[in-house]
Amino acid sequence: MTKEKTMDTNKNGYTIVYATIMVVIVALMLSLVSGALKETQNLNVKLDKKKQILSSLQVNFEGKDAAVLYDEYITEGLVLNSKGETLEKSKDKTFEIDVLKELAKKLDQRKLPIYIAQVDGNTKYIITLRGTGLWGPIWGYIALNDDKSTVFGTYFSHASETPGLGANITEAPFQQQFVGKHILNTKNEFVSIAVLKAGQTTEGQDKIDAISGGTITSKGVEKMLLDCLSQYDEFFKTGGIN
Amino acid sequence: MGKLISEKTKQVFLGPLSKNNPIGVQVLGICSALAVTANLKPALVMGISVTVIVAFSNVIISLLRNTIPNRIRIIVQLVVVAALVTVVSEVLKAYAYDVSVKLSVYIGLIITNCILMGRLEAFAMANKPWESFVDGLGNGLGYAVILVIVGFFREIFGAGSLLGFRIIPQSFYDAGYSNNGLMMMPPMALIIIAVIIWIHRSLNKELQE
Repeated sequence: MTKEKTMDTNKNGYTIVYATIMVVIVALMLSLVSGALKETQNLNVKLDKKKQILSSLQVNFEGKDAAVLYDEYITEGLVLNSKGETLEKSKDKTFEIDVLKELAKKLDQRKLPIYIAQVDGNTKYIITLRGTGLWGPIWGYIALNDDKSTVFGTYFSHASETPGLGANITEAPFQQQFVGKHILNTKNEFVSIAVLKAGQTTEGQDKIDAISGGTITSKGVEKMLLDCLSQYDEFFKTGGIN
Repeated sequence: MGKLISEKTKQVFLGPLSKNNPIGVQVLGICSALAVTANLKPALVMGISVTVIVAFSNVIISLLRNTIPNRIRIIVQLVVVAALVTVVSEVLKAYAYDVSVKLSVYIGLIITNCILMGRLEAFAMANKPWESFVDGLGNGLGYAVILVIVGFFREIFGAGSLLGFRIIPQSFYDAGYSNNGLMMMPPMALIIIAVIIWIHRSLNKELQE
């Protein structure tokens, strides 16, 4: 079966050299593959982000080109600071902001993105959400009506929440609850939306039902809404966009 | 070479599809079979990925089999498998992004799939590249077939669709039919696999113990 085989493959030196060469070849190959595919992967990540934003607008992009739909619906992008001042007015600049990195900065140094969409002639504001669930990060987008208070739609996703429990934040029954709820109270102050166990109530704040068995993920959603939306407090106070 | 499809290679290829199926008979690789079969599409992609990886890692190990130092042979096998898995995972990220998101960690976990190490150690280390390739193909497909069957039943009864297309018409739902939520849960995959094994064994007397 085997032909000329005189090499002693059990020597220490041979083993070490073999392992070294193998590792170098594999490392080289993997970095080549990764480099060659980087660009396509980045495009996918961007397209996925567009799909997520469209989902918060309740746009069905199944079987359609999400990038085209995104350009149709999203008409403008704003970059604000925490004082509610517009730093930049550009769709591309808004899209490029990495909200996770911004959240790590001090509040007054953060750049806060807002996507502005037109749905059936009405203006919607879309705010990016980033937070933590039970096992890992959760994220999403929330679309507000032009009163900057009524929720038009939401999109939530997660990295590793428990299937059937916390992972249900991605499901329609949980997300539909948000529609029509208000993040501002009757005095137009920002109060966010509470995520509570069925039966519990809060004063002066809209609430939705938490997922039973997914308490920590539900609390994570509540905290994510509070943390991310409160940054835009000044924006909510001012009337229409300047 | 002469004949590419000799009697032996035929056996090597067909064996794992039925009489020696990695899931149905050897009961290997069950973990991923439970996790990714809630829908047909990820099950298909997983099946194809595993097939490609087993086939090519078998070939590579078979080519290297006479040079591999015995003491680190498992490590060498692991490195080859890990490298191929990383390549597949990167390719999926580039060309089938939504599936790769859905399969998430399970692509990476192909490395730990017992079928792979089993075939490398039991077959590729002792056979020529072509036979090893066929062996990998057969085992990968044997694995994929089961995944696809399970995925088929879970998606059609759990979500009423196949590959995302609605199969069970709305009129059924209006008449009171509803999707079986249990189908979406991993235990149901185990039950379906058990049923497959049951049918398979009752058809093949020599498999019965």
